[in-house]
Amino acid sequence: MMTASPDCFEEKRKQYNSTKILGEMLREIPTDALKVLGIIDSDISIPILTFVFGEAQLGGQAAIVSLTRLRQEFYGMEPNRHIFLDRLRKESFHELGHTFGLYHCAEDACVMRLSSTIFDVDRKGSTFCRDCYLAMFSKMQEGG
Amino acid sequence: MERKVHIMIVDDEEIVRESLTSWLREDGYSVEAVESGFKALERLPSRDWTLLLIDLKMPGMDGIQLLDEVKKVRPDLMMVIMTAYATVDTAVKAIKKGAYDYLVKPFEPEDLSITVKKIIEHKSLIEENIYLRKELKKQYRLHDLISKNHRMMEIFELVRSVAKSNSTVLIQGDSGTGKELLARAIHAESHRRDGPFVSISCGALTESLLESELFGHEKGSFTGADAKKRGKLELAQGGTLFLDEIGDISLKLQMDLLRVLEQKEFRRIGGSDLITIDARIVAATNRDLKKAIEEGSFRDDLYYRLNVISIQIPPLRERKEDIPLLVEHFVEKFNVELEKSMTGVSEGVMGMLMDYEWPGNARELRNVIERAIVVAKGKTILESDINLPITARGRVGRGRSLEDVEREHIRQVLLENRWNINRSAQILSIDRGTLYNKIKKFNLKRDTSEQVSH
Repeated sequence: MMTASPDCFEEKRKQYNSTKILGEMLREIPTDALKVLGIIDSDISIPILTFVFGEAQLGGQAAIVSLTRLRQEFYGMEPNRHIFLDRLRKESFHELGHTFGLYHCAEDACVMRLSSTIFDVDRKGSTFCRDCYLAMFSKMQEGG
Repeated sequence: MERKVHIMIVDDEEIVRESLTSWLREDGYSVEAVESGFKALERLPSRDWTLLLIDLKMPGMDGIQLLDEVKKVRPDLMMVIMTAYATVDTAVKAIKKGAYDYLVKPFEPEDLSITVKKIIEHKSLIEENIYLRKELKKQYRLHDLISKNHRMMEIFELVRSVAKSNSTVLIQGDSGTGKELLARAIHAESHRRDGPFVSISCGALTESLLESELFGHEKGSFTGADAKKRGKLELAQGGTLFLDEIGDISLKLQMDLLRVLEQKEFRRIGGSDLITIDARIVAATNRDLKKAIEEGSFRDDLYYRLNVISIQIPPLRERKEDIPLLVEHFVEKFNVELEKSMTGVSEGVMGMLMDYEWPGNARELRNVIERAIVVAKGKTILESDINLPITARGRVGRGRSLEDVEREHIRQVLLENRWNINRSAQILSIDRGTLYNKIKKFNLKRDTSEQVSH
């Protein structure tokens, strides 16, 4: 459990800057950690986008996922734990996939498919397609 | 991703450059970010950029100025303007200046991914289109011959397969169908392509002149032969000899030619040395040689000697599907030759060209297009730019009234008969009084600059 410092909070946008949080996470974690996934219960964004579901260092160590926009309540609907956990699993896999050097995938069912909206998150599958799986596996072998 | 997509980000804010770069990299794009318009122009030639994302407000050179500069050198490059302050004016200005789209920072993730995806799809469609058009043209082409008619495509195939042999080829077809172009294509496809292509039009010369042109002569061999002259047979050594209008040569020369083809050697007129021939013979005629044999004006043994590989080129009226293809080809060709930039012909013109019977075949079509490009005032060839003989216009242009056709027909008959009223009335099967009335009604006037059109 760690707390994001106030420096990471963008007062004007009322959102945390996920890139800054990734920087803080990297300072906290042991250097020999393989990968680290942060989960934050606040809305996050990057300077160029109004929001993000998560962010990762491409081929790096750290990734972060926000819970805010994965909840049904955010869209004015009844809470649904099953849907929420399904989304969290997908976005966590997705961001960790980036840390293994995976790019966005064009396969409809692959978890590495880009999600710009919550519909995109729900539409895609929760596992890696064969190509992404093999690519990730070979990166692991290389020690990435 | 089949081809690497290269995106350049131009923004003076470091945080935007970093944030956008890492986001786009996750999509697998190759991304480069620069901090100013000047840097962007410097990096422009370094690769085949797919897209430029340009910030509107930058010190030194702003986004619109950069847009202008890039358009000068790469008019087809897709550019998107980014700004933190959206105003309708700047958006309109950017689009007017040729930006593909306009995004307000920070972007909705959906807007960014859709915009980038749309641009990439658009670009690959354009590229695919260019590639397919090129491939299509290649497929319908044999050197300077163009066709998508199945009989012509079979001829192209045949030429490609027999060109490498040394066999004699006989090309038959109406005048203007491209017999010489086909002969040149055979030459160009053969191993002899680096040797000479020598052409002689047999029908245009008298028997003695043709004999001397073909075989050459020694000095003093006949009156006027004041120097040794090498004939076309000799000049074509190592290459191809094209004998055009072979059906027009005399029986005596047919005999001489047959001997040459059989023995593969000849003597110059008045000479004693035997010269061995190393030339491929391609002959052509617009005459029906079988009929000529029946009539006794062409030797059947020479016919069989020439007709080892026989090619019959169909007339243009039997392959009308080629007309649009040929029109496009001739427009491109004369655009270059006449330094014009015509885009093509109007729908009405295409209708006229498709209806016409083309007695002069592709050559006539070429001449019609050349004339039209010379006289056309706009970028498109219009019906008024086209000059086709009305009598041969077949079903006559589409959408013309009976009165228009009557007027045009009378005008043409008068023109062809140099306004001789008696003769014109006779041809039109009306009396002189009626013709005068029609001239008055249609307001036809004799124009001294008008000439018989053919």
